[in-house]
Amino acid sequence: MRLSRQLGSLPVHVTIIAVVLIWTIPTIATIVNSFRPPALVGSTGWWTAFVPPFVFTLENYEKVLTTNNMGTSFLNSLTIVIPATFIPIAVAAFAAYAFAWMSFPLRNTLFLLLVGLIVVPLQVTLVPVLQAYQSLGLTGTFVAVWLAHTGYGLPFAIYLLRNFFGALPKDLFEAAAIDGAGTLTTFFRLVLPLSVPALASITIFQFLWVWNDLLVALIFLGGNAAVAPLTVTVSNLVNSLGQDWQRLTAAAFISTALPLVVFLTLQRYFVRGILAGSVKG
Amino acid sequence: MIDRIPQVAAALVVPVAALLGYIVVAEWLLGRLPAGARPRIRPWIWIGPALAFVGFFLIAPAIQTIFLSLKDATSTNFIGLDNFVAVLTDSNVHLAIRNNLFWWIAFFTSFVLIDGLVIAVLADRVRYESLAKSLIFLPQAISFVAAGTIWKFIYSYQPPGVEQTGTLNALLVLFGGEPRPWIQDAPLNNLLLIIVGVWAWAGFATVILSASLKGVPVELLEAARLDGASEPMVFREIIFPLLLPTITVVATTLVIFALKAFDVVYVMTNGNFDTEVLANRMYKEMFTVRNYGRASAVAVLLLTGIVPVLIFNLRRFREQEAIR
Repeated sequence: MRLSRQLGSLPVHVTIIAVVLIWTIPTIATIVNSFRPPALVGSTGWWTAFVPPFVFTLENYEKVLTTNNMGTSFLNSLTIVIPATFIPIAVAAFAAYAFAWMSFPLRNTLFLLLVGLIVVPLQVTLVPVLQAYQSLGLTGTFVAVWLAHTGYGLPFAIYLLRNFFGALPKDLFEAAAIDGAGTLTTFFRLVLPLSVPALASITIFQFLWVWNDLLVALIFLGGNAAVAPLTVTVSNLVNSLGQDWQRLTAAAFISTALPLVVFLTLQRYFVRGILAGSVKG
Repeated sequence: MIDRIPQVAAALVVPVAALLGYIVVAEWLLGRLPAGARPRIRPWIWIGPALAFVGFFLIAPAIQTIFLSLKDATSTNFIGLDNFVAVLTDSNVHLAIRNNLFWWIAFFTSFVLIDGLVIAVLADRVRYESLAKSLIFLPQAISFVAAGTIWKFIYSYQPPGVEQTGTLNALLVLFGGEPRPWIQDAPLNNLLLIIVGVWAWAGFATVILSASLKGVPVELLEAARLDGASEPMVFREIIFPLLLPTITVVATTLVIFALKAFDVVYVMTNGNFDTEVLANRMYKEMFTVRNYGRASAVAVLLLTGIVPVLIFNLRRFREQEAIR
């Protein structure tokens, strides 16, 4: 009985392990290649790195960081991602608080509108926003991307936070009111501390969207290399490296390092966020 | 590098100060008003910034785009439906519509769903479930730019006789096949781009479907098995119907992504070799052709494609709210 059960599950193990291998090999291949000498990357497969002679080098990283603008781009990505994550979440938290705990005319209509906006493709907004930015002289500036990411990230952030805020027990708010707590105190001392899990979820979402975004940066930063984030720089390198295309492996890995760390350490909040609002495209 | 530190610090401090300042000052001003007026004004203080952002970046531009699609390249004169005529008779746009609808929506969506479902159901039966799911989930953290680069190396091609450095061609040669220039191989190359998308999104589907699967009562499954139902039958008759609402939700998210697909195509082929998609077409109209009218017309096409999903989502939201 036991044996037959073991045998019965063999195909299950084989399938899962096969899928896991297919899913991890591309990343492993790139990481391995990024530490191999460029000449070898161009002439032999990444798997040959595992047989002697073991030749590894940091050359790809050195070259890509010093000659291909990757260091600056890393800082640019960082300069973009911090405000473009904080601003929408703060603005969304204000709005979600009002949607959850204040009554005002059109409240439900406005919220329904936001839910609808979650799925509107941002392509629909690009031309008019670009024209507005051009007349304001904002194209090619970090502020342009901060504000755009705020606008695009808000509907989902408000949706997620309002659902969480709204589920907090009503008694807490009544008790706070009896103790004489004002709106600000209730928001900062009660709502925010109790909502850390939801805030963590939306922070990871927004961080990953902004860090991994190509389109918004491409459109509103134009071709300005001085402000280009990693995604834009790497996608340019795909076409411009020519003979030195092997460096792309290192470039790809550098652009992925930070989100991978964030993702691995905070994965459970990310999963919670996905489960709480799986409507964002 | 050092000279950038003040800039990064400012990026950190200025928005925090501005938003905290806004809400504190606004509440303080509100406190000066007569007590009776406060509850009427307060909500608008709290949702005001959000409405301003959403109005400026989403609502107004979406409406404007519809007008711009009726104007010429520089948005000066109204030219009626000329842009739509031009766009809809453009063979590149035909290709993009075919790729979006047929390859991306049909194949991408079904591949991710099947994949997510298989992994969720099978991983449920092994002890290393969470490790397996984490590894499959990992590509969600990787940008499509990096993913495209990573997969370019998998698909890369050397002429026959030369050692293959691309994993796919090396495997093919190992089993006695002929290497192929995958990326240029239309129309199959669409499928190869889609695989990159599937690789990135399978974890998303797995996580949601897996959570939903854990909600299926074990007693129900055990009872069916005791009655002699085979595993495929248990899946078909019990698990699948119970997961169907979740599958629909995941499917809508995937359809939206499939319609908007841009990064993968931009990085891997830039729409060459018959892999064009609407979003990339729009980017080209904006920046290569510099025709804002046609770019807007393509955007309107995209929006039209989204409308059914939008209505579906709003309905679902209303139902959820009714249960609340």
